[in-house]
Amino acid sequence: MQLTVNSKRYDLDVEPEMPLLWVLRDELGISGPKYGCGAGLCGACTVHIDGAAVRSCSINAGGVRGSITTIEGLGTPANLHIVQQAWIEHQVAQCGYCQSGQMMTAAALLSKTPDPSDSEIADAMDGNLCRCGTYTRIHSAVKTAAQMMKGK
Amino acid sequence: MARLKTIARRTFLIGSAAIAGGVAFGYYRLRQDPPNPLLKDLKAGEAAITPYVRVDAKGVTLITPRADKGQGSYSMQAHLIAEELDVDPHKVRIDPGPPNPAYFNSRIMDDSLPFSTIDDGMMARGARGGGEVLSRLLGMQITGGSSTVPDGYEKLRMAGAVARETLKEAAARRSGVSRSQLKTRDGQVIFPDGKSVTYADLAVEAAQLAPVTDVTLRPEQEWRYIGKKMRRIDIVAKSTGTQQYGIDIRPDRVVYATVRANPGIGGTIKRYDASSAEKMRGVKKIVPIKDGVGVIADNTWRAFQAAAAIKIEWNDPSYPADSAGMWKVLENSFSKDLQDSRLRNDGDVDKAFAGSSKPIEAEYRTPYLAHAPLEPMNAVVLYTKERLDIWTGTQIPVFLQAHAAKLTRLPEEKVYVHAQPIGGSFGARLDDTYALQAIELAMAMEGVPVKMTWSREENMAHDYPRPIQLSRAKGTVRDGMVESMSIDVAGQSMGASWFNRLQAPVPPGSDTSSVNGIWDQPFAIPNFRVTGYRAKEMVPVSPWRSVGASGNGFHHASFLDELIHAAGADPMAELIRLCNHERSKQVLHTLRDISDWKGARIDDRRARGVALTLSFGVPMAQVVEVSDTPQGIKIDKVHAVCDVGRVLDPVNFEAQVRGGIIWALGHAMNCELTYENFAPVQTNFHLFEAMRFHQRPEIIVKGLELGGEVRGIGEPPVPPAAPALANAIFALTGKRVRELPLNKSVTFA
Repeated sequence: MQLTVNSKRYDLDVEPEMPLLWVLRDELGISGPKYGCGAGLCGACTVHIDGAAVRSCSINAGGVRGSITTIEGLGTPANLHIVQQAWIEHQVAQCGYCQSGQMMTAAALLSKTPDPSDSEIADAMDGNLCRCGTYTRIHSAVKTAAQMMKGK
Repeated sequence: MARLKTIARRTFLIGSAAIAGGVAFGYYRLRQDPPNPLLKDLKAGEAAITPYVRVDAKGVTLITPRADKGQGSYSMQAHLIAEELDVDPHKVRIDPGPPNPAYFNSRIMDDSLPFSTIDDGMMARGARGGGEVLSRLLGMQITGGSSTVPDGYEKLRMAGAVARETLKEAAARRSGVSRSQLKTRDGQVIFPDGKSVTYADLAVEAAQLAPVTDVTLRPEQEWRYIGKKMRRIDIVAKSTGTQQYGIDIRPDRVVYATVRANPGIGGTIKRYDASSAEKMRGVKKIVPIKDGVGVIADNTWRAFQAAAAIKIEWNDPSYPADSAGMWKVLENSFSKDLQDSRLRNDGDVDKAFAGSSKPIEAEYRTPYLAHAPLEPMNAVVLYTKERLDIWTGTQIPVFLQAHAAKLTRLPEEKVYVHAQPIGGSFGARLDDTYALQAIELAMAMEGVPVKMTWSREENMAHDYPRPIQLSRAKGTVRDGMVESMSIDVAGQSMGASWFNRLQAPVPPGSDTSSVNGIWDQPFAIPNFRVTGYRAKEMVPVSPWRSVGASGNGFHHASFLDELIHAAGADPMAELIRLCNHERSKQVLHTLRDISDWKGARIDDRRARGVALTLSFGVPMAQVVEVSDTPQGIKIDKVHAVCDVGRVLDPVNFEAQVRGGIIWALGHAMNCELTYENFAPVQTNFHLFEAMRFHQRPEIIVKGLELGGEVRGIGEPPVPPAAPALANAIFALTGKRVRELPLNKSVTFA
């Protein structure tokens, strides 16, 4: 099986039904996507496949068609994505465990809807659970990121 | 740790002497600090001036022994040390340090004592002193009870100051310039001529000196960090997916594992058949463990799949099989022989009841609740005959070390606990069952690191929950005022369950956790009685964010609101009138003003409720505003006011208050653990959802700084939120909901 993750191609020998999350984490050592529920309920494992937000715990590796981007591919501490800049500015994270998934969902939203309304933000972010309750700052950070994109 | 229980018994005697006002001779000896653990493993060229500051040629490392579960404790501890040490917390290394008695928590016992956390009388102070001695003696390095700040506020700054002055002394000796003429800035000692030397450069010489301890803390006018907006030290890592949690540790040659233990906690395993699991791809070993089976494989998912394929027969635990049976136990616990406490008995409630034509009676219920942090329990363990290494997030490193030593029969000093940042806990990592299971698996794989991860389903079943509580309340009103209130509470003892698992002494006396948040509330109801009844232990339970007050706040503040409405009084005005604690009263006044309170009804489709709960020394009052929508009840807005003495970091303070409120409201709306066949029905987040993004209210936070003792803010936001919401629902609908979660009675948008 071949997968492209963060622009790098990997040859893998795994059963096609293995969820993408576990290929990323245990086979490739890419630990940004997190295991939270294994059932598409929390969103901590969210990655992009050809730019669309996907729950990597709920898609089989064999079913992936397209190029995968994880939080590590979105931006790095030295080269931050706008969403990550906004997340830092608002100090969104508490435990931070869900935030990779939150940012991937927000980035996918903004790439398609650069100036989302409050209800469009809520619709997009509703599937990402945050047990620490950082929702207020997530909302502010998405708004800020949208502003920053406008200015670019 | 092995002698824990004996030592504790003796210590309690000493503590008792202190409580009685006299000071036993041994008391002062027990007040000595344990030796600095960093001196033991010091390498050449390193200085460990206090247990909190290590300096070597590469620079400064701050030791932050309280676990960071998201509440920002690493950042706060680092800033407190840095405030005096003159380093930039973002430019130095941060290390949680080893498990060690030197890192005991002086304030961890406060919540277990039969004194209100705001009681400043001699008895209460004496008891707290006894609690501190006990914690010191047992080396209770525990993160919990919102105590990181109260415990560390002076201690950590003092550690920074001692390190700074010792480094200056080293520079003074080298240069011949007196220490008083030296200054420090950003990790350097500055000489009068403007030249400087880095702390790192002074490490070797500083290591030769006895620490300079005649230091005074800086006055607040000179503070650079405290009280100003801080930047979390982990904010970039947590915003880029580069923060490494325990679950991300992946040493060379690691194997991946999971376990399935009896979903009825405490029940044992009868037999299992792993014949099909053994043949599955990637499976390396199937290992029987305490009350269950573990699977070791070459990938976590393969381990999950194989574990699910094992056929297991369980022996049932000894508590009732289902929720109905558990509630029955509580219902039958209101008897004289099970009475555990009466920590409040003002006036004469019986006389008030006798003199009233219609006392108000109500029954309140709060459910079992899982902590369910998003990072499931996990640990990486490497076992050899010589030593044991454990990489995991833990709030109880010294206990884990002791339990691990016992399990492996290795001496404690050969057990290395490498504490990891934690992806949420809310109390879950005050237990170490998961780590001990990982050790059992690692012992079957000598020399190979084993990474054990619980599936979410395993995590839901084995999350030692918050206990269920049942209260029977009765009260009277007269002339538009609350005249009497009696609350009888039946619950199993959280303390007994948890301390026993820790193999630590259960605090003697009554079980305060069952009644905290009720008996200790700052209201002068003329006749006020609180009685605790101790139900037998059922599902093993543990502390859940804000502990006893988390559920009890609902029992107390809801029933008080019921009485106030019955009296025909305004909820805000009557709370203020009844309040007999100056700081709490100021909190309520401020809340009334900023929420523009003008009665519980706002208009024909909007209403609000108010509640105050004092917990962990913090009076916290909230107004929750709700509206009626076609989709159901919507929580629009929350105003929250509290007094923590001083707000150390306004950024994280606001985050903790908002997060605590969202936590409390979410669980009050739709979360409970119910039991069938000894196990929780709720196996994943579809049945245990709490608050979702679209449901978040606007939350306006005001922290008063009334100048008393500085308190922690992780837990106090939780208790008043559920009753304020239920009180708002009453004001909106006329329906008094007396059982959580609220969605059993009303629909939320």
